Amino acid sequence: MGQPLTAEYLVPEAPKAEGRYARSWAILRRSPLAWAGAVGLALVVAFCFLGPALYRVDPMKVDILGSLNPPTATHILGTDEVGRDVLSRLMLGGQVSLEVGFAAAAAAIAIGVAYGLVSGYGGRTVDTVMMRIIDVLRSVPGLFLLLFVDSVFKPSAGLLIILIAFVAWHPVARLVRAEVLSLRERTYVEASEAAGAAKARVALEHLLPNTMGTIIVTATFGVADAVLLVAGLSFLGLGLPPPQPNWGAMLSDSMAYLPRNAWWLVYPPGIALVITVVTVNFMGDALREAFDLRLRQDRTGA
Amino acid sequence: MLRLVLRRVVEAIPTLILITMLSFLLIRLVPGGPVTAMLGDLATPQLIAQLTHSLGLDKPIMVQYVIWLGQLIHGNFGYSYTVHASVLQLIGQNLPRTLLLVITAIIISHVFAIAIGIYQATHRGSWVDHALTGLVYFLYSMPTFWLGIILVSIFAYKMGILPSGGITNPNDLHPSLAALLAHLVLPVATLVLVTMAGWSRYVRTSMSEALVQDYVRTAEAKGVSRQGVLVRHAFKNALLPLITLVGLSLPFLFSGSIIIEQVFNYPGMGLLFWDAAGARDYPILQGIVLIIGVLTVLGNLLADIMYGWADPRIRYD
Repeated sequence: MGQPLTAEYLVPEAPKAEGRYARSWAILRRSPLAWAGAVGLALVVAFCFLGPALYRVDPMKVDILGSLNPPTATHILGTDEVGRDVLSRLMLGGQVSLEVGFAAAAAAIAIGVAYGLVSGYGGRTVDTVMMRIIDVLRSVPGLFLLLFVDSVFKPSAGLLIILIAFVAWHPVARLVRAEVLSLRERTYVEASEAAGAAKARVALEHLLPNTMGTIIVTATFGVADAVLLVAGLSFLGLGLPPPQPNWGAMLSDSMAYLPRNAWWLVYPPGIALVITVVTVNFMGDALREAFDLRLRQDRTGA
Repeated sequence: MLRLVLRRVVEAIPTLILITMLSFLLIRLVPGGPVTAMLGDLATPQLIAQLTHSLGLDKPIMVQYVIWLGQLIHGNFGYSYTVHASVLQLIGQNLPRTLLLVITAIIISHVFAIAIGIYQATHRGSWVDHALTGLVYFLYSMPTFWLGIILVSIFAYKMGILPSGGITNPNDLHPSLAALLAHLVLPVATLVLVTMAGWSRYVRTSMSEALVQDYVRTAEAKGVSRQGVLVRHAFKNALLPLITLVGLSLPFLFSGSIIIEQVFNYPGMGLLFWDAAGARDYPILQGIVLIIGVLTVLGNLLADIMYGWADPRIRYD
């Protein structure tokens, strides 16, 4: 006779997160895109955070007589309108741009995931109301809301992180919700519910781990978007207060010296931004391929 | 078809109502509320109490909302704190300029995105395909304002062939069409380059997918010419969802226009909003959030309806 029929055979096993993602890891490790992205981003981070240790020029030192000088041996990327060294400001400005970008993306993901889980698994009425709210937020361009709130409160790095998270969380919430809607029909979720598991437990134990692929991929693209948004807001003069430099504000300041062809003020911050965003997007695309997802980015602006 | 239109319109109504609520509540975020904002340094307890009463701000908030909504329906969007004009006048002046910028950019961007996407899909793996993919990737990651700055520095300052900003020549007695067009070139080009990137990526993927479908193979087997297959079979099916994508991109385009108007000093909604934010002119901010929100909902509605009209398979019920 065959094996006895036990409960084990009746309750289907949920896919184990480790097993499911082992394949993705293998694909990722062989992906040239992932390597290019990871190495590129590591270089950007090293440039901003370790660079100042090697290139010891004071980013705040004003030298009016040596203002707007093109690159020389002492100032490798030239000097700005008050004679401060562009290269060292680029490093220091990068620190803020990256920190705020990463923190804002992390906050947006946390809010979006929680909202998406509740909306997707909280029942029909809850879902309708929560999605309606997202529809409204999606209809008002993020930058307008950011400018409004910024005109009311005093700008600071903390406020900037909250603001960006506030406009960037809803694409995440929509993706997580869509995933949860399809997952909750799976047999292992139904089995777990039938076995009497609390809703919160099902959500945390089964739904959350199985949406991890979506979350990681959106988080990665979210970082690129947040870095661009920080730069955009700072460009509009609404980011971080001076004298602390950041890439967006450096570009905004450079506009006044365009008639004098001060190219060394225009290109370095822009190139730094593009390299950051491109390498993060490389990683996002590689992750998307590894997790075999089809997601489209909802861009927020900037 | 009529049912589809009606259904979509009815579905948009709650969103529109919520947008009016959001815009109504925004001004109450200001510490001290609209009265303190309006009075600024002049605020004394007595003046605050007077103005609060005369503006009806001591009524229950739901009553205030209904009164405000009633005024909106009569076209009264309030009066600017800093400029002597009504909010509706200011928006009426600036909105057409932004729409001119955004709509011109959408049209041109489509022509390029579709051409590039189709070329790439039909020449997959060629070096031109790889080069275009690289270029598109680069443009997609490019901050809008940096691209704008570079275009200004090259075409306005280095070569001196295009104006660097504004919409009229400072020395002209009357605004001329030629001057307007010349001033539009750089802002439109910036917007086209950044939006084209995402859309052409989309066209390339959906065209590549359509080209391996059974109906395309059938058409080829029937002996339909290469062009016939591309245009009548693959193209039609691959590009329909692009309509929806454009609808969804509207908030991005409006956000982009704030930045672009700032770079090119182009007097549209973005610049009006930016100036108002700096001056804490809340009625203008409130009015613009409302108008842009409504326009976006209507744009999405239009995209939905066009999609249903263009694709007979969609029936929504």
